[in-house]
Amino acid sequence: MSKMTQETSGGNAACYILELQKVCKSFGLVQANKNIDLQIQPGTIHGIIGENGAGKSTLMNILYGLHRADSGRMFIDGAPTRIKSSADALLLGIGMVHQHFMLIPRFTVLENVMLGSEGGALLKLGRAATIAKLKELGQTFDMEVDPDLLVSDLNVGMRQRVEILKALKGGAKILILDEPTGVLTPQEATQLFDILNKLRAKGVTILLITHKLAEIMAITDNVSIMRGGEMVGHRKTSETNPQELAELMVGRKVLLNVEKPEAKPMDVALTVNNLGCFSSRGHKILDNLSFEVRAGEILGIAGVSGNGQTPLMEILSGMRKPDEGSFEILGKKITPENEVTPNIMRENFIGHIPEDRHKHGLILSFEAYENMVLGFHNSNLTGTKKTLDRNYMLEHCNARMEEYDIRPRNSKLLASSFSGGNQQKIVVARELYKNPKLLIVGEPTRGVDVGAIEFIHKQLIALRDRGCAIILVSVELDEIMGLSDRILVMNKGQEVETIPGEDANAQKLGLMMAGISQGAKN
Amino acid sequence: MIEFFFQFLWALDATLRVATPLMLCAMAGIFSERSGIVDISLEGKLLSGAFVAATIASLTGSAWLGLGGAICASVLMSLLHGFACITHKGDQVVSGVAINFLASGLTVILGIAIFKRGGQTPTLSSDERFRPIELWFVDILDNIPILGSVYRELISGHSLLVYVALICVPVASFILYRTRFGLRLRAVGESPIAVDSAGVSVTWLRYRALIVGGVFCGIAGAYLSISHGANFVREMSAGKGYIALAAVIFGNWRPIRAFWACLMFGFLDAITSRLQGVDLPIIGEIPSQLMVALPYIMTILLLSGFIGRPSPPSAIGLPYRK
Amino acid sequence: MSVRKPLPRWADLILLPFINLCAAFFVCGIVVWIIGENPWNALIVMIKGAFIYPGSLGYTLYYTTNFIFTGLAVATAFHANLFNIGGEGQAYVGSLGILLATALFAPYLPGIFVILLCIVCSALMGAAWALIPGYLQAKRGSHVVITTIMFNFLASALMVWLLAGPLIQIGQQSPQSDLIPKNAHLPSAETFFGWFGIDVASSPLNLSFLVALIALFVFWVLIWKTRLGYEIRAVGKNQDAANYAGINVSRTIIITMTISGAFAGLLAINEVMGVQHRAILNFTAGYGFTGIAVALMGRNHPIGIFFASLLFGALFQGGAELDFEFKSITRDMVLLIQGMIILFSGALAYMFNPALSRILTRVLKGGEHDD
Repeated sequence: MSKMTQETSGGNAACYILELQKVCKSFGLVQANKNIDLQIQPGTIHGIIGENGAGKSTLMNILYGLHRADSGRMFIDGAPTRIKSSADALLLGIGMVHQHFMLIPRFTVLENVMLGSEGGALLKLGRAATIAKLKELGQTFDMEVDPDLLVSDLNVGMRQRVEILKALKGGAKILILDEPTGVLTPQEATQLFDILNKLRAKGVTILLITHKLAEIMAITDNVSIMRGGEMVGHRKTSETNPQELAELMVGRKVLLNVEKPEAKPMDVALTVNNLGCFSSRGHKILDNLSFEVRAGEILGIAGVSGNGQTPLMEILSGMRKPDEGSFEILGKKITPENEVTPNIMRENFIGHIPEDRHKHGLILSFEAYENMVLGFHNSNLTGTKKTLDRNYMLEHCNARMEEYDIRPRNSKLLASSFSGGNQQKIVVARELYKNPKLLIVGEPTRGVDVGAIEFIHKQLIALRDRGCAIILVSVELDEIMGLSDRILVMNKGQEVETIPGEDANAQKLGLMMAGISQGAKN
Repeated sequence: MIEFFFQFLWALDATLRVATPLMLCAMAGIFSERSGIVDISLEGKLLSGAFVAATIASLTGSAWLGLGGAICASVLMSLLHGFACITHKGDQVVSGVAINFLASGLTVILGIAIFKRGGQTPTLSSDERFRPIELWFVDILDNIPILGSVYRELISGHSLLVYVALICVPVASFILYRTRFGLRLRAVGESPIAVDSAGVSVTWLRYRALIVGGVFCGIAGAYLSISHGANFVREMSAGKGYIALAAVIFGNWRPIRAFWACLMFGFLDAITSRLQGVDLPIIGEIPSQLMVALPYIMTILLLSGFIGRPSPPSAIGLPYRK
Repeated sequence: MSVRKPLPRWADLILLPFINLCAAFFVCGIVVWIIGENPWNALIVMIKGAFIYPGSLGYTLYYTTNFIFTGLAVATAFHANLFNIGGEGQAYVGSLGILLATALFAPYLPGIFVILLCIVCSALMGAAWALIPGYLQAKRGSHVVITTIMFNFLASALMVWLLAGPLIQIGQQSPQSDLIPKNAHLPSAETFFGWFGIDVASSPLNLSFLVALIALFVFWVLIWKTRLGYEIRAVGKNQDAANYAGINVSRTIIITMTISGAFAGLLAINEVMGVQHRAILNFTAGYGFTGIAVALMGRNHPIGIFFASLLFGALFQGGAELDFEFKSITRDMVLLIQGMIILFSGALAYMFNPALSRILTRVLKGGEHDD
């Protein structure tokens, strides 16, 4: 690859339809893309793989003009190019199928396809041509759609076809697909791949962004791997294998040293029986899940994000009702018929460190001491008076800040003024204070600095040894392997397999995360 | 029977007069709200349009210049709304409230400053106004029994602006559903990011929607003060902007349906005065206030999903941030 | 460019609102100048009219009372991220609570109890009038902005019907209710200070000013000192987190609107029990809408609301003085000022933010270099 780069700078750029050099992009203090180099050969399917938050979507949005790069250079067909808006991208023949479709449900397929390239001031002028073009494209690539149907009446697979047709109709020669199979059934995904193969055969270049190894292996010609906002490798698909890709994706960070004594599991704290639930669109996002967690052990739940972990945590913490099955927490059984609220769960000594601390865990425009009682504002943490006892709350917050080394030690600072690590420590301090019997932890160290990671990990181990049952959901395999006594791997809302923590390694988990069961023992 | 027929005809005639500013404002509301911008400033635009029309007509003696001035004033208000809530992403409701206050204040202050009549403008002579026009063939058709009366009383004999309003409704519908601008406008109210990713400027699109709305409101204002009335009186819009907003909601943000809602609200208004003191069989006398409140009650019931399901534009009220 | 730092707190809370206020007055001044008067003179006249002339302070504080109530109503809703434009209607029907309470209790109870009951009932009626939009927002998803506007018109129609019909004073032509019994009158400032032998000029100022001050304190306790207030603010700032924290979001929305309506309803005690001693047509005179400007300017904080109310009280009273002193500017100027204030401190609140931030950064940095 490095040899190719040299050739490029030597002037033989024309062999790439698209080339990026040292592209950087920051949002505030977060650097989403660092010095990205990328070369795409025409008429190929090029995969870009990486975990959530690796910076793939940012990169694609830069290519499509929705974001502007802070620095770096871009070439299309060897010519230096600047893409300032999606209009520019469209003119250059770049089309994009977004992860969240850019379709208007109340419009017909035709209206959606025409939007932006109507072919004249009156819709009448472009209508017939668009219909003809749709028909032609539909026949060529085997994806016919009735142009007069409302998009809201189409299923997800059909909507995606409309998105692809929209891009092709605009004359796209480079088609970017952002996590295209995330919302598809396996059958729909197969059909999509057929379409992509036909497109490639007609000379369309395709960029496929995904975090699914199987897709990369199945359909791409080349693959680039991203991690932490950087490109960490480029491979020919035929010369690599899933294990290598998984290692590159997850990376081999220095294993954080967590001293973890042998777990001493006690009574069962949580039993989950055949739990299931549906998304608002009616997809099954949690499917027949059964497991148990004992007091004094950490059950790690591994899986690529979006495979049912979020609904599981929401159900167990009372934020969401299960649709099927039941679970029993500390002897209290909860079925779809029961009233569940986060309050009831908290009263039953269940702590919850949510995945997204900005969305759920904190109110950023509240001061630290107010956040320290979020969810406990009706308990004695706000003092014993009829009104909120501000001094009591401040003292409580100060004590927790001391205990958890939260900096700056200022209880009156807005939560938004703390760094990610310290924000997370506020949440952890709050949820651990009442000594929960069961703790549900989602991504405890996402966006958290190294020092805080170690601290939070130690706290979790200590809590376990005090006899708490912990469910740890994380996409960071190091974290899962470092902390868990048992690891349950999820895929598509189902359990793939549960293995003891000491048997786990990155390759094995990576394959299991892709849905491939490895057998109980290696 | 004949008596009743003419009563009914006059009621419809009055309906049309009352509904004219409502229709124009409702079309303005539809354009603005369909583009994703809440417009409670219809009232203020209507009022400033009325004031400027009367002022200019009075100063220049030309109804046409008055109309032009009204449109300019109303468009300026629209641009202010756009500056606050498109360019600066301010709260659309707050901006609307502010514009209504500005219109209330400015019309009276400037009125007093220019004419020194306590906020009123001088009464316009008939050639300074848009007068009723008699359509062709009225005399010929008069001989046909029912049709002739309908033609003379109901269809003919309105001011030009009434016909303009009536034409505006199909025109608005045509623009919204048959043109490129309309397609994009409807799209930007549903999903600005989809419009942006189709390579179309969200900002400019929304500004244009507001400008079109400003034109409609300006015409409506001119109708109030230099066609229906003969001068400007303080607060002469008297809540018509809000009724028009109710009609927009009632018409489910569609021009033709909103037109029917305007006619219905206009009809309620027209018969209110006629029903005053009249003992109806079974129900007895209907308090006129109930009739006044009816459009609002119906709109609230509709909004709450008790009659039908309203489907406002999905992105309404939200400033677009990338 | 590097990431822009947020403004320091003092600048955000005091400097920026002050700049916005100045901008509003500046534009109004231009309008005054255009119509050929001297803005500076107009300002002086307004200040004199609001504070200096005998009795003027009483009038100013009388208006202030109204604005405190409606400002609190709007601010309460704002804390839950709701926009209550219905203060006008809620205040209007608040008067019905007083009429009802006097009819029921005045003949049997001594004054102090009647007055207390009247106050409670006016709040209750206002609350009831806001409860419906709140309920519809929480349970049926109809936007509270639109429904409260509609409820203003409903209140107006209802009151016209009642005051011109069932409640009209016998033998009267103009739509107004009977006088309320003497024991339900709130003592005027003149009477009140008379008890202590202090002589003050006659004005409509009455004891409801005290109620307004108490309401400010209650509001402060409610929002920052109670668990309910915590829930209201949590819902207003982050509904997802509120839900995570086990707060019942729709219940909180309904309660917030109810409290908001109660504050607005209290306006009626100033007008009906303190000044007019009867319900008259349109006694709310747009005070409900002014509450929006008050809340925006006062940053939803009781101290801010007090001063914003005082400012608007002074504007209303001083604006009346314009009528006497100038030929071409009248109290309608106040409407314009109000509009400008809502525009600059509401819709364009952050227009000056980037510039101010840049200047402050430069100034503060400059200071650091000097050290």
